[in-house]
Amino acid sequence: MTDPERSGHRRRVPTFRERGALLLGRAAGAATRRLGRGGGTALPGLIAAKLAPSLVGALGGQLGHGAVTVTGTNGKTTTTRLLAAAASRGGLLPFTNASGSNLERGIVSSYVEQANGGGALEQTAERLGVIEVDEAAMPAVFTALRPRVAVFLNLFRDQLDRYGEVDSVAEGWRGALAAVGEATTLVLNGDDPAIALLAEAGGAQAVTFGVEDRSVALDGIEHAADARFCLCGAAFAYEAVYMGHVGIWRCDACGRARREPDVAARDVDLSEHGVRFQLDVRAAGPGRSLQVDLPFVGLYSVYNALAAAAAAHALGLPIEALVSALEQAGPAFGRQERFLVDGRKVRLLLAKNPTGLNEVVRTVASQARPPTLLAILNDGIADGRDVSWIYDAEIELLAGYTGPVIVSGTRADDLALRFALAGVEPTEVVADVEAALERALALTPEGGWLEVVPTYTAMLTVRAILADRTGAAAYWETAEPVEVDA
Amino acid sequence: MTAAPEQVTERAIRLVDLYPEVMDVYADRGNVIALRARCARLGVGCEVTAVGLGDALPSDADLALIGGGQDREQRRIADDLAAHGRTLRAWAEADTAMLAVCGGFQLFGNFYRTATGEQLPGIGIFDVVTVAPGPDWERCIGDVLAQPQLDELGEVVGFENHAGRTYLGPAARPFAQVLRGWGNNGDDGSEGAVYRQAVGTYLHGSLLPKNVELMDRLILAALRHRYGEDAAIEPVEDHYAERAHRSAVAVAKWRGRPNSR
Repeated sequence: MTDPERSGHRRRVPTFRERGALLLGRAAGAATRRLGRGGGTALPGLIAAKLAPSLVGALGGQLGHGAVTVTGTNGKTTTTRLLAAAASRGGLLPFTNASGSNLERGIVSSYVEQANGGGALEQTAERLGVIEVDEAAMPAVFTALRPRVAVFLNLFRDQLDRYGEVDSVAEGWRGALAAVGEATTLVLNGDDPAIALLAEAGGAQAVTFGVEDRSVALDGIEHAADARFCLCGAAFAYEAVYMGHVGIWRCDACGRARREPDVAARDVDLSEHGVRFQLDVRAAGPGRSLQVDLPFVGLYSVYNALAAAAAAHALGLPIEALVSALEQAGPAFGRQERFLVDGRKVRLLLAKNPTGLNEVVRTVASQARPPTLLAILNDGIADGRDVSWIYDAEIELLAGYTGPVIVSGTRADDLALRFALAGVEPTEVVADVEAALERALALTPEGGWLEVVPTYTAMLTVRAILADRTGAAAYWETAEPVEVDA
Repeated sequence: MTAAPEQVTERAIRLVDLYPEVMDVYADRGNVIALRARCARLGVGCEVTAVGLGDALPSDADLALIGGGQDREQRRIADDLAAHGRTLRAWAEADTAMLAVCGGFQLFGNFYRTATGEQLPGIGIFDVVTVAPGPDWERCIGDVLAQPQLDELGEVVGFENHAGRTYLGPAARPFAQVLRGWGNNGDDGSEGAVYRQAVGTYLHGSLLPKNVELMDRLILAALRHRYGEDAAIEPVEDHYAERAHRSAVAVAKWRGRPNSR
């Protein structure tokens, strides 16, 4: 599909100043890691970007296959991971940034880490950057990275105290896309009208992905729907709603409508422990169709896989490589990771906004044998200081839940109240995460499931405890956080 | 327009939920969720009527609610709301209880001028005006702790997120005095406005679930609107709400913006 030679990257050797910035940045990253102060993932970029803002352009220009950006409210980290796995299986040498480093300086860091001291990348011909980008940071990052493929996943309300209004995020994207040339292929979630309509904002061509299976649709549009209205001002009509405002939409006033996706999931089967679907890729020649079996739960996992598949297709990667990579990629950090603790099966289901939490709630509620539920609400900057959003989520889907429910976190009392109002009396409220995890394990029978549903910083805490107890890797080794705008 | 009778009890309040599918961005539906649950505990029926764009208002209401929205949503409802202005003002004069939050509060004032200079009409229940000063100004975001200037109400706690600065006119009374947070404008220490039984405020949180005293006051006002001044309620303890209130107060005291006054 897109040709790296056409993507307009100027090949040039980094300047003396850029090389100096790079060396200092790398030294700082190494030093923080030695001191054991987290992953040191953002500091190199902070330093390097201060000294030489042009550095990313100089490094990115050396990538033989250019860069892919992945942005949107939910699914960035998993999609990035799946796409990198597919690229790797397809014979490329991808590198990614950690999800906690998806702001500008974290992204610069990830580039800096790839280069040698002379500012050169090795094996440049096979190199591909797969870069997760925070939705609000996208406009600035876009200009610097000049991606060959730009993936847009979805747009939901999320951390309004940090991002301001949902509309301003979409406006930022439109502005960035207006300046994009023919060299960038857009990969768009055609089921999310806020994303699908970005095709009008700019870019050369668009590959769309979507779900073609009305049997997994909801009864109606969800409360936490954010794109209810078309660019023309009229309300969208839906033939099917899959989540939030995502579905088979159309505008009866102006005629804009979801088009049949280029990359589609059909015959979707959602089970307790995985998803299965038929992946259809519409191409110029004969289309392709392969079955995909993923160890991830929830329809949102289907969307993440579709986004990765559509991006891989846009990059011209072979579909067989993609499917086997998808099936073997394993979960991203804290996203449906599983741990075996004292004979109990523990799964981390990160939920940081209403739509994400709704998907997780549906997953938990649908299980034949109700697992223990440990829900953790923190209100750090990376979680959103405003905890109002729990009232936008459909906790009511759990009303009458019969499994044990432990509520925890810095705002455990707010979450306990929310559960009680939804008709789910918490079994226990234990603010301290470690103590809450102990109680949740104690209430889970051997061989049983414990589903841990944390917000972002709660996920970091609980994962560290689980990693400690099970010997799983520390976060900076599996590529994660911690970049928080203070 | 859908009416959903909750349960059959001797007494019931008629709750009108204005534009729940448009003014829905900041989780203010938590107020409706909490009111339904609270009324059930108090043994009071709660008949909720949702009024959407283009819908007619019911003939009367004991309690009217409107939540927050972004500029886009405010623009979308402003004219429709203005068309209901006369009726809503008459309700307010007749002591219908009201709760207008954030964007809804702004449009219950005289007008809201957005950052782009566009002036959205308000319905003038509160003698306030709101002006968004433009992109160079900080948004008013953070935890709020405030002391209502109303009867014996204790502190209220919540979270605000607004660009507009609201200023009280000569006929307006503030709802509360800011202890932590920005309040109406970050300057004069006022939070929200009160007119008869109508309360306007910037507090999300959601507000009512963890501010039960205020919720009970609204329910009582609604009952009195329907059944006369003798109506009363027996307060019932809500363990979860009290704990959530206490911990939110602690958070606001710890990290809320100190009041400059």
